[in-house]
Amino acid sequence: MEKILSVKALGKTYGTTIALDNVSFEVNRNEIVGLLGPNGAGKTTTINMILGVLEPDAGAIRIKGLDLASHRSEAISHTNFTAVYAPLPGNLTVAQNLNIFGRLYGVRKLPEHIEGLIKQFDLGQFRDKKCGVLSSGEQTRVGLAKAMLNSPDLLLLDEPTASLDPATAREVRSKIREFVLQGSGGVLWTSHNMYEVEDVCDRVLFLSHGRVLLEGNPKTLPAEHGKKTLEDLFITVAREPLTLGLS
Amino acid sequence: MSLNRIFAIVLRQLYLIRGSFSRVFPTFAWIAVDMVLWGFLTKYLNTVTSSGFNFVPVLLGAVLLWDFFIRIMQGVTMAFFEDVWSRNFLNVFATPILISEYVGGLVLSSIATSAIGLAVMLFIAVVFFKLSLLIYGLMIIPFLFILFLFGIALGIFACGIVLRFGPASEWFIWPLPALISPFAGVLYPVSVLPKWMQVVSVFLPPSYVFEGLRACISGGAVSGIAFVKGGCLAIVYICLAYWFLARVYRHALRTGLIARYSAETIS
Repeated sequence: MEKILSVKALGKTYGTTIALDNVSFEVNRNEIVGLLGPNGAGKTTTINMILGVLEPDAGAIRIKGLDLASHRSEAISHTNFTAVYAPLPGNLTVAQNLNIFGRLYGVRKLPEHIEGLIKQFDLGQFRDKKCGVLSSGEQTRVGLAKAMLNSPDLLLLDEPTASLDPATAREVRSKIREFVLQGSGGVLWTSHNMYEVEDVCDRVLFLSHGRVLLEGNPKTLPAEHGKKTLEDLFITVAREPLTLGLS
Repeated sequence: MSLNRIFAIVLRQLYLIRGSFSRVFPTFAWIAVDMVLWGFLTKYLNTVTSSGFNFVPVLLGAVLLWDFFIRIMQGVTMAFFEDVWSRNFLNVFATPILISEYVGGLVLSSIATSAIGLAVMLFIAVVFFKLSLLIYGLMIIPFLFILFLFGIALGIFACGIVLRFGPASEWFIWPLPALISPFAGVLYPVSVLPKWMQVVSVFLPPSYVFEGLRACISGGAVSGIAFVKGGCLAIVYICLAYWFLARVYRHALRTGLIARYSAETIS
């Protein structure tokens, strides 16, 4: 399997607070990796580092073999992301936002590409609407369309289905699965919805207090640790990691 | 350096201006008011002084150039503020864009918006107040060029301040030209200033422009060396401002401020 993302010994400290401590993992092509953990565990910090908007104090990130620290622009051109806390500018229309971000990511044949995404994400009726007036679900679809603009090798999704109704969330999940099935790239996904994670992810990493405590298949991991569900395992990892022999 | 990414920043600004009356209006409204105000004042001064001295090219011309400088500076900062106001830093800086490309986009946006402002000012000053640019001759080119460069420098510096200290520090930025103007001798010769202010004015590129403008009108010799000095100083300030912004950007990457900009500071 082709390694798309390689994270080695990442570390970050804010004053006396350790945000990340020796975090290492990989994401392969055609693989969806879930990054799980309680609030403040370091998930968004990790994603921000991979996006090149936060410098690690220690460790290295390689995207498609390119070192992020020394080849930032080239490495980042292989990624894209969407996050619930980073909506596209609400004062621009859907088409304008896609046009601008397409240029920022250096997308070739941009008009055709935008048309394809507008069709794929059923955004035709919103094309000339300002993103700020769209509903959460519609904005999420626009965010995903933007995230697919450059057909990224590495797609980073920070709680992409938060605040979505179950039907829209299912639709979003199927779009992302479709992306992976097409063989376009690998996905790093954070979510607090354990049912969704179990359904979508090939592999999960549990982060707590900036450290990776567990890693494995979300379908078998709970049983391996004597838990019924992934949610039970999540709660135990978050509150009582010592009971699992984790520290 | 990607021209496509630079163009994306310019395009964003054009989209915003095109679709918003509240953005189009300020590109010409306040400078038009300034032209009218100073136009009538100079007309009045021409009637009450018996010397026959024409105040139009001295005062109205100076105000026009000064407003041009302010438009250039604000053109850079306004394009930057659009990302501040729409909390767009994470989206923009998570793309392959380089800080040099981003600044290049801000500068080109500023040229586009300032050109509109300059055209409106010239129209009012020439048509309604008989300001003749011929009186400045070819000197108008270095005048505009030096002010353009210094406006860019101040705009980039202002972006650095706001990036470093957060959205609320926007209020430090607006008065910057007003703080500089007394030292730059926009409306009076630098020689009337106290010694310490004259020392400060030596380091301000606009002071060479406005001294040159007055020399030009009075028929005196215009110092070419002064323009070279003013131009070089402005280029030095652009380099310093860019260095400052690049440092602030690095700091923001180290602290995570880019990703959490609305927090204003991360410590």
